[in-house]
Amino acid sequence: MLKIDDLKVSLEEEEKQIIKGLSLSINPGEVHAIMGPNGSGKSTLSSVLAGKDGYIVDSGAVKFDGNDLLEAEVEERAALGVFMAFQYPIEIPGVGNMNFLRTALNSQRKTRGQEELNAADFLKLVRGIAKELEISDEMMKRPVNVGASGGEKKRNEILQMCLLEPRFVILDETDSGLDVDAMKLVSRGVNNFSSSSRSFLVITHYQRLLNYIVPDFVHIMVDGKIVKTGDKSLALHVEDTGYKDFLQLGKEKH
Amino acid sequence: MTDNYEARDVIDKETLSTVKSVGDTYKYGFSTDIETEYAPLGLNEDIVRLISEKNSEPSWMLDWRLKAFNRWKKLKQPDWALLKIPEIDFQNQYYYARPANMKEKPKSLDDVDPKLLETYSKLGIPLTEQKKLAGVVEEAPLGEGENRKVAVDAVFDSVSVGTTFKEELKSAGVIFCSISEAIKEYPHLVKKYLGSVVPISDNFFACLNAAVFSDGSFVYIPEGVKCPMELSTYFRINAENTGQFERTLIVADNNAYVSYLEGCTAPQRDESQLHAAVVELVILEEAEIKYSTVQNWFPGDENGVGGIYNFVTKRADCRGKNSKVMWTQVETGSAITWKYPSCVLKGDNSSGEFYSIAITNNMQQADTGTKMIHLGKNTNSRIVSKGISAGKAQNTYRGLVQIGGKSQNSRNFTQCDSLLIGNKCGAHTVPYIEVNNSSARAEHEATTSKVDEDQLFYCMQRGIQEEDAVALIVNGFCKEVLQALPMEFAMEAQKLVAISLEGSVG
Repeated sequence: MLKIDDLKVSLEEEEKQIIKGLSLSINPGEVHAIMGPNGSGKSTLSSVLAGKDGYIVDSGAVKFDGNDLLEAEVEERAALGVFMAFQYPIEIPGVGNMNFLRTALNSQRKTRGQEELNAADFLKLVRGIAKELEISDEMMKRPVNVGASGGEKKRNEILQMCLLEPRFVILDETDSGLDVDAMKLVSRGVNNFSSSSRSFLVITHYQRLLNYIVPDFVHIMVDGKIVKTGDKSLALHVEDTGYKDFLQLGKEKH
Repeated sequence: MTDNYEARDVIDKETLSTVKSVGDTYKYGFSTDIETEYAPLGLNEDIVRLISEKNSEPSWMLDWRLKAFNRWKKLKQPDWALLKIPEIDFQNQYYYARPANMKEKPKSLDDVDPKLLETYSKLGIPLTEQKKLAGVVEEAPLGEGENRKVAVDAVFDSVSVGTTFKEELKSAGVIFCSISEAIKEYPHLVKKYLGSVVPISDNFFACLNAAVFSDGSFVYIPEGVKCPMELSTYFRINAENTGQFERTLIVADNNAYVSYLEGCTAPQRDESQLHAAVVELVILEEAEIKYSTVQNWFPGDENGVGGIYNFVTKRADCRGKNSKVMWTQVETGSAITWKYPSCVLKGDNSSGEFYSIAITNNMQQADTGTKMIHLGKNTNSRIVSKGISAGKAQNTYRGLVQIGGKSQNSRNFTQCDSLLIGNKCGAHTVPYIEVNNSSARAEHEATTSKVDEDQLFYCMQRGIQEEDAVALIVNGFCKEVLQALPMEFAMEAQKLVAISLEGSVG
């Protein structure tokens, strides 16, 4: 599904390489976790996959179902089925949640040549998802993410994911700022959504989210590269010993 | 989830689809091919007399005009606004133009030239009494909107071509007709109130208007009457090289209420055209007027060629105790906008509100805002201004809050937000605050921001195209003002916001 081949990425503003040769292959139905210390390039990776401005791809390739992902516009990537749950969901004052969701869904449908969903079907669909995620009507009426708590914002991201039905989801530090109850709720949303045709890239500092969203693969990222890949026991190892064992690996590979 | 909010959702969706379907940026740019009768070119006393004669006016009206004209000759065009105004040759344009077949005023809507009716229907303003104002989404689950009627007075160049629902309004005691008709039919009312809010010598453009105004709308709501429907006037400039000078007078007697809407469009032309209107609102005890404008005159092309020069004087006089006025304006058109709808709060406990969206794109210039003059005790005013600049446009908010020495315990709140799209446009805020007694309070908040890259990225990551994302964010920025508009106008305004900003990104 997603194939990253020797990707090197620098910041546009300063000539500083952040991702220094990263390769990763994700098949349908797989859950991959990327863990790593601050500044290892995890968030840069998710930004580049989603198409955010401000980065220069120095070399390497990213294919998504055979499409050159790096060539596609941000909204085209979304329509192809790439979704990123933001670490810090953005507030849009004055724009109602429902309006935002409906505009997004129908834009994607239109890009894919599908018919737009009418108001009644849309409402039914959204209400169903909101109920499952315990998001109140009152919250749905509010402007996008405005006045929402950290937990509410993250649930809102999961709601958007369930509605837009992407095939590849990046969860960018979705666990940050969540208490245990909120984390369980978010994880339940993700687990209910997962299927044999959908894949996830879970980016996190901590092992605890991976108790709820169980990965097939765990990658340790240090200094812009994946230095170690294992199964979920690798995450437990990190929990015990921290990243110090891996920092050295990053340097050796230079 | 309430019905209202679902309705709005439908509207928002409509906004986006309209943006996509409108290929041409200015969709009202067509002109109507109709035989037009002009007054001779230029302006002199004879022209003033001719206009008065065309309207078969009584002599007191002519005298009033001549007084204004003689005064105007001594006035200078104001130059204090932050506007680059090309020199206007007042002798090189027409001051009166009417469709030739309007010589005999049609007795009813059935007698109106089908070409004119077609023009209005093309603009989305059906001059029939069965239909609602265009733009109402039929399937919108409005509830209260189901049977809402809107009466329309249609002004085409210099004349009113028809007014709908006149009879039904009459039975409620409401007078709604063209001002030319009111001068003849209700002279006691016109004499009493015309010029009582905006005196003839008020300013250069208002004075010019007093001399040459050709038509406009007149509304009188008698004591204790809540106007049974919304009233509206739709102004259309069609004739070339012709100025439009209309005059609107609305009087709400004690305990009366009316909501009034005004819309304007003009054909797409290379030459600029002058529009200098005067609107006077008189609000007596316990009465209330809501006045909403969606101004969409032709803005000129992307290089600044053509477009309407819009110099307008609008003022509301809250004469009675507990009287209320609310101005709401959405200014998206015109090459130049010079306009400050104001509130004179004379009555104790009276209140004035001003909600404004001013959008300038390409080479457009706007200098707009309000004046809140507090004279009575315990008066309240509120100003919410949203300015949006794109392209190479310049957008200025200019507002005066004046609280007089005897205006005890009066309050003003001003919020003034500017949004910039791109880096070649400008936003300016010029507030004047004069408080002359210690019990009064005036608050002013102002922000300037750019369309946020993170917001755009967030929208686009969810699959929304860049232009739609900008429209969505800008509509969100304006929400507070859009919500102050009646439903029909809110929808039109949302679409306009999106259309006006086409081509401003990417």
